[in-house]
Amino acid sequence: MSEADGLVRLRQPIGVTYNWSAGPNATSHLAGLMNGKFVGKRCPSCALVYFPPRNGVCPKCAKILAGDVEVGPKGTITTFCIVNVPFLGQKIKLPYVAAQILLDGADISMQHLIQECEAEDVRIGMRVEPVWKDKSEWGPSLENIQHFRPTGEPDRVMGTESGAS
Amino acid sequence: MAELCAVVGVGQTKHAACRADVSIAGLVREAVDRALADANITIADVDAIVIGKAPDSLEGVAMPELWLADALAAHGKPVFRVHTAGSVGGSTAIVAAQHVMAGIHGTVLTIGFEKQSDGNAMWALSVPIPFGMPVHAGAGGYFSPIVRGYIARSGAPSHIGAMVAVKDRTNACKNPYAHLHEPDWTLEKALETPMLWDPIRFIETCPSSDGAMALVLMSEERADKHAGPKAWVHATSMRSEPTAFAGREQVSPVAGEMCAADLWRKGGIKNPAEEIDVVEMYVPFAWFEPMWLENLGFAPRNEGWRWVEDGITEMGGSLPVNPSGGVLSSNPIGASGMLRFGEAAMQVMGKAGEHQIEGAKKAIGHAYGGGSQFFAMWLVSSTKP
Repeated sequence: MSEADGLVRLRQPIGVTYNWSAGPNATSHLAGLMNGKFVGKRCPSCALVYFPPRNGVCPKCAKILAGDVEVGPKGTITTFCIVNVPFLGQKIKLPYVAAQILLDGADISMQHLIQECEAEDVRIGMRVEPVWKDKSEWGPSLENIQHFRPTGEPDRVMGTESGAS
Repeated sequence: MAELCAVVGVGQTKHAACRADVSIAGLVREAVDRALADANITIADVDAIVIGKAPDSLEGVAMPELWLADALAAHGKPVFRVHTAGSVGGSTAIVAAQHVMAGIHGTVLTIGFEKQSDGNAMWALSVPIPFGMPVHAGAGGYFSPIVRGYIARSGAPSHIGAMVAVKDRTNACKNPYAHLHEPDWTLEKALETPMLWDPIRFIETCPSSDGAMALVLMSEERADKHAGPKAWVHATSMRSEPTAFAGREQVSPVAGEMCAADLWRKGGIKNPAEEIDVVEMYVPFAWFEPMWLENLGFAPRNEGWRWVEDGITEMGGSLPVNPSGGVLSSNPIGASGMLRFGEAAMQVMGKAGEHQIEGAKKAIGHAYGGGSQFFAMWLVSSTKP
């Protein structure tokens, strides 16, 4: 509580708890994570592979995503941000690299943390691999992966659209 | 055939980090009173109200339009709420204009607002996605990789963002309503500000503001009888696309390109860079000025940054962008789009005061929102279409 300009101000944190039904597509994805695998889904129309297949539907074709496709575990950084700004609820020590990673075999990137190298050495096209937490800590979450780290392989040459997906 | 519609009144609040002197209701009423006074009408003359704001989670008030009925003097009048994230101020003005163009109402009041000091937008926009990795860091964390993509593909030098920021902060000093009045920025000082979301520097980010914007719109029949300058709405357009799909062009989203092309077609504009006198563009992070110059069809692909470097978008340039100081100088999120639309109207009405572009006849207001997925634009002119 603070008083300024003759006004009383209250800071009142609020919270919401809710249940989320995963549905068939996210269920196979989350079950995959509990087995240490990246399971995506393929669009039966355009054949592109979504990981994570969160929406269950191809946003371009409006077709329900069908067959399971295992992707990764290695991938390529398509673009990234070096986060230096502190914020409420932050769980990772600053500065950190939040990268868009295109897992091998997937057609859309996902965001994850890059560690085990200096932030300034991270680059578009860099090859990375997952570092999994101890199995005892696994749940149905991408948090099972502690972070991604450079593989040391040669960079992959990205198209001119490195900002894409 | 749609009826014509004109802006006859514009009113905005003084924007600030914390407007401790007013509640949300008081903030909204301040803009409404100014817009009604500017139009020289009273609330009794208003047939309907269209109101918009960004996510309710930003202040933690669900459906605030219900609470605001008193502040809006909305008793017995239809109220319509619009929500399209950061573009909402733009799409709200468009929905209001459509109420007039459809011949449903003769006089419509429209408002966009946000009181960021009542909540914590950085928190509200960093909610961890269930079962995902909690690396997301607010709007800056979302847009920074896209800016990096633009720099990589266009070969732009790293000082372009800071140039845009210095221009907008300097322009804002001519706008009495702007949140930030910081006259002393130089490019050298700007480049020394820290990288918050590398490659986005501190200077290149918008502030967090409290503020509201209100417009009075009238049908042709009423506007013709109304004394005072008007901004005639020549064209409006809205487009959207999913935030995430395989192969999405995030630097220059297809929805934005389609929206602009539709606006130019409806407005009879063949060469936007030559025919448009002033642009109020939604630039919350400085690098979006060159990116949107390309997306809107002003500059060729990968050339937008050269326009910035050549001073084309400065107030004295051939295509002034954000003489008001833009989102980089005031960002009450839900109002920011309507501020762009309203400032565009003020320019063609000749009411922009110190930041007036002399002889402005045609101007556009532009807004985008979400993950660059919602687009809203309008083209206004001092003369009828």
